[in-house]
Amino acid sequence: MTELKLPSIDYAAISPILIMLGTALLGVLVEALVPRRWRHVVQLTLALLAVLAALTMVVLSADERIITAGQALAIDGPTLFLQGAILVLAAMALLLIGDRSVERGGAFVAQAAVTAESADDRRQAEGRNGLTEVYPLTTFAIGGMLIFVAANDLLTMFIALEVFSLPLYLLCALARRRRLLSQEAAMKYFLLGAYASAFFLFGVALIYGFTAGIPGRPSGVDFATIHAAVGESPASPVLLFAGMALLAIGLLFKAAAAPFHVWTPDVYQGAPTPVTGFMAACTKVAAFGALLRVFQVAFADANWDFTPVLGAVAVLTMLVGAVLAVTQTDIKRLLAYSSIANAGYLLVGVLAPSRDGLAGTMFYLVAYGFSVLAAFAVVTLVRDDDGEATHLSRWAGLGRRSPFFAALFTFILLAFAGIPLTSGFTSKFAIFGPALEGGQAWLVIAGVLTSMILAFPYLRVVVMMWLSEPGESTPTVTVPGGLTSAALMIGVLATLVLGVAPAPLLDLAAGAAEFVR
Amino acid sequence: MSNFPFLSVLTVAPLVGALVVAFLPRHRPELAKQVAFAWSLLVLVLSVVMWVSFKAGGQRFQFHESYSWIPNWGVSFTFAADGIALVMLMLIAVLVPLVILASWHDAESSKRSVPVYFALLLVLECTMIGVFAAADVFLFYVFFEVMLVPMYFLIGSYGGHQRQYAAVKFFLYSLVGGLFMLAAVIGLWVVGGKTFDWQALSQVDISTGTERWLFLGFFLAFAIKAPFFPFHTWLPDAGGAAPAGAAALLVGVLDKVGTFGILRYCLPLFPEASKWFAPWALALGVIGIVYAALLAVGQNDLKRLVSYTSIAHFGFIGVGIFAFTTQAGTGAVLYMLNHGLATGLLFLVVGMLISRRGSSLISDFGGAGKLVPLLAGVLFFAGLASLALPGTAPFISEFLVLIGTFTVNKPVAVIATLGIILAAAYVLWMVQRTTQGTLNPALTEVDGMRRDLNLREKVVVAPLIALIVLLGFFPKPVTDVINPAVQATMDDIGRTDPAPSVGGTVQEAAR
Repeated sequence: MTELKLPSIDYAAISPILIMLGTALLGVLVEALVPRRWRHVVQLTLALLAVLAALTMVVLSADERIITAGQALAIDGPTLFLQGAILVLAAMALLLIGDRSVERGGAFVAQAAVTAESADDRRQAEGRNGLTEVYPLTTFAIGGMLIFVAANDLLTMFIALEVFSLPLYLLCALARRRRLLSQEAAMKYFLLGAYASAFFLFGVALIYGFTAGIPGRPSGVDFATIHAAVGESPASPVLLFAGMALLAIGLLFKAAAAPFHVWTPDVYQGAPTPVTGFMAACTKVAAFGALLRVFQVAFADANWDFTPVLGAVAVLTMLVGAVLAVTQTDIKRLLAYSSIANAGYLLVGVLAPSRDGLAGTMFYLVAYGFSVLAAFAVVTLVRDDDGEATHLSRWAGLGRRSPFFAALFTFILLAFAGIPLTSGFTSKFAIFGPALEGGQAWLVIAGVLTSMILAFPYLRVVVMMWLSEPGESTPTVTVPGGLTSAALMIGVLATLVLGVAPAPLLDLAAGAAEFVR
Repeated sequence: MSNFPFLSVLTVAPLVGALVVAFLPRHRPELAKQVAFAWSLLVLVLSVVMWVSFKAGGQRFQFHESYSWIPNWGVSFTFAADGIALVMLMLIAVLVPLVILASWHDAESSKRSVPVYFALLLVLECTMIGVFAAADVFLFYVFFEVMLVPMYFLIGSYGGHQRQYAAVKFFLYSLVGGLFMLAAVIGLWVVGGKTFDWQALSQVDISTGTERWLFLGFFLAFAIKAPFFPFHTWLPDAGGAAPAGAAALLVGVLDKVGTFGILRYCLPLFPEASKWFAPWALALGVIGIVYAALLAVGQNDLKRLVSYTSIAHFGFIGVGIFAFTTQAGTGAVLYMLNHGLATGLLFLVVGMLISRRGSSLISDFGGAGKLVPLLAGVLFFAGLASLALPGTAPFISEFLVLIGTFTVNKPVAVIATLGIILAAAYVLWMVQRTTQGTLNPALTEVDGMRRDLNLREKVVVAPLIALIVLLGFFPKPVTDVINPAVQATMDDIGRTDPAPSVGGTVQEAAR
């Protein structure tokens, strides 16, 4: 019997992951041991400190370029950049999640098992403190995302996918108000997500079969092996193509690309808004981090084969997102479709196989994350007695009632529309430039055309807020407490700074834009 | 003095002013107006100093400044002005204070904040100056797009009837053009070796096919902005709905960005494509002249009428540019300036009439000259200037465009001349229906119509009238500045003027 060799693990390099997962476990203990009235403060502090500590470790190991834990984890430039992005955005999301000033007791349900629309439900909606289990759930999800962008083999990637998806399914179900919508969202997300995971797993199996079919080569699902096997150009690439397609479905589902996007509007609408923001920002980063690694490392040599297909998906995604955004009447659904369209733009970046393209995509992810979190932060503030007023008609005349918040939201919308001096413009440029250079002119033209369509719904919201007269039912904007204000201001400032002076972050992204193989 | 960073200071100064004005207390609107007016006068003074220190026969681009911005993409804050840009900058500097003065009470009728209105005007001035002063394509694009935002709010928040519709239409049309241009800008960046510097890009050789596509991207944006037929439908709506002051800036300056962009970007950067597309552009220009003039005749809304006359005038400018002779080119640039003055004046006077009557429909007027003779006189003068009566500045530019075009393309010149006749028709008929003839009895019941021009309004119209007359008789100071720049642009596309000939045919002369 051969001796079992333990893989060497660079614990310092993977410490951000360990910190987040450790904190999540600690959070479970806190639920059991700390008295109820302290839990909120303790959990929130713990989660924020953990994110901070993990971020510090990411910054400290900024020059690390290794593959560790066997072939399972790659800690390289893109990993560290994206982990940093996830952590910063997650910190903002945690601020939103932890806020209890906007709504008494926070945005989360007090008792998840309470029957929707019952008398109990009405009582809990009135202000009993929300669940504190959301914090360990969120930290688990963050930990999973950190693994997901670092995963260097398909099995690790799958496990990471589940680690961050399962808590998200749960989090979606925990909205304090509109319980039915929230539960429906969670159910849909869970079922479709499970389905997508199955696709992914099937893809892994096929890819394994593909590598095993090449004589004289080791079989396996780590990216180096797959890369080598793809380079061999075997006689029958059917297994490779089928496996690649199934993997792509799993990943594109998480990225909310068409035609795997149908869950997005329902889930974005039903989930508690801070969680929606968290998903829109951090899940996007994680999903595209994985897409980038899978297609630019493992399948790099097959790019002639996947580029047309992924390109078509990108065009479809942009088109679906933009066109359907036009017809939306609910602000959260509108932002969901906008997020779908943005997934299309990001795919354009994935298909620009150059350092610039990779750097541009990473820049886009960060810039978009900040803006979208700020947007959802504003959504949490526009409320009436019945919770958030998300129907667009309710936003009429908001600019008169609360010019400051309306101005912030207008700025974010202008950024989404890609007006210069906002990060929305610089990030589009960061992606379209390398794509055009890489010969993908048709994708750039599709991107430009859909941007035109997409400008319309954003503009409609601006018109609603500023040019319409406030009606009887126009809600007021709640003046937020410190946590939401901080998240909102960070998001808006980042949108401005990345639009006016993007050079430092571009430098950082350019320096990080190389995978270890 | 020529080392002073005129252009960057000029760009930033109105923005600072805007911030100051915006944060003035809302309940002291008078203070906001005064500060905004003083600030715009300051900008005017600085511009005059710049004009004086510009050496007419010197380098093509003067006041060159460059500061690094996004080194990763080769983007920098590069400013430089040639004669064409200088003239446009002067036009802005002159118009903005007058517009502020003319809009003194405009914002009060809406329920919106008065300081914000004047702050928006100053922000608009900042972006307008920036777009003409930029010598970096990226920077130009940034100003080109950002310019939409203050104008959007000026129309949408402070405009009249149908303001929401007009504001959104204006924004979407311009944004569509801008996004086409963005694609072309990125394409230019890629083929140009990742630089945005205008001077470097003008040296780049581009393959014919690519050049044509890039030209189209830019041209489309500028044709929508200018606007040329058939991209013009947003202008009557926007011009009709905008408050008179904003409309004067919209038509007087903002739309010139389109024609300026063609001169500065399309022609020098894509010379071959410009020549290839020139017949099409000339056709659009000629159609615009006739079609818009015919529509103008049929208008019953004063502001929409003025908007249509402008579209006809932009047709002239387009013809002048794409005739590719120095005369026509100089005429076109001069037209940009004169049209800004004449139509600016016309819009402001029309605005004064409308605010008195409370209606912009021509049929609501009639014989107004009996009540407000001075105002009617100024309207008549503005109308005559706009139909290019000899002795007023627009005459010279229109004449230059026509003779410059005639030497190379007779049919176009002949059809364009028809535009002059139509111009006489729409202007004179409009003046007749509003101020001449029998007094509309409804007018006597309107309080406003009993007040003729007050001192503030006289101060607004006097400088414009003076400039129009002065430049009508003595355009040399301006043509001296424009000529070298136009000559250089024609050199860029490799066209020389046909030699003057006596008795010979044009073909012989061209040989």
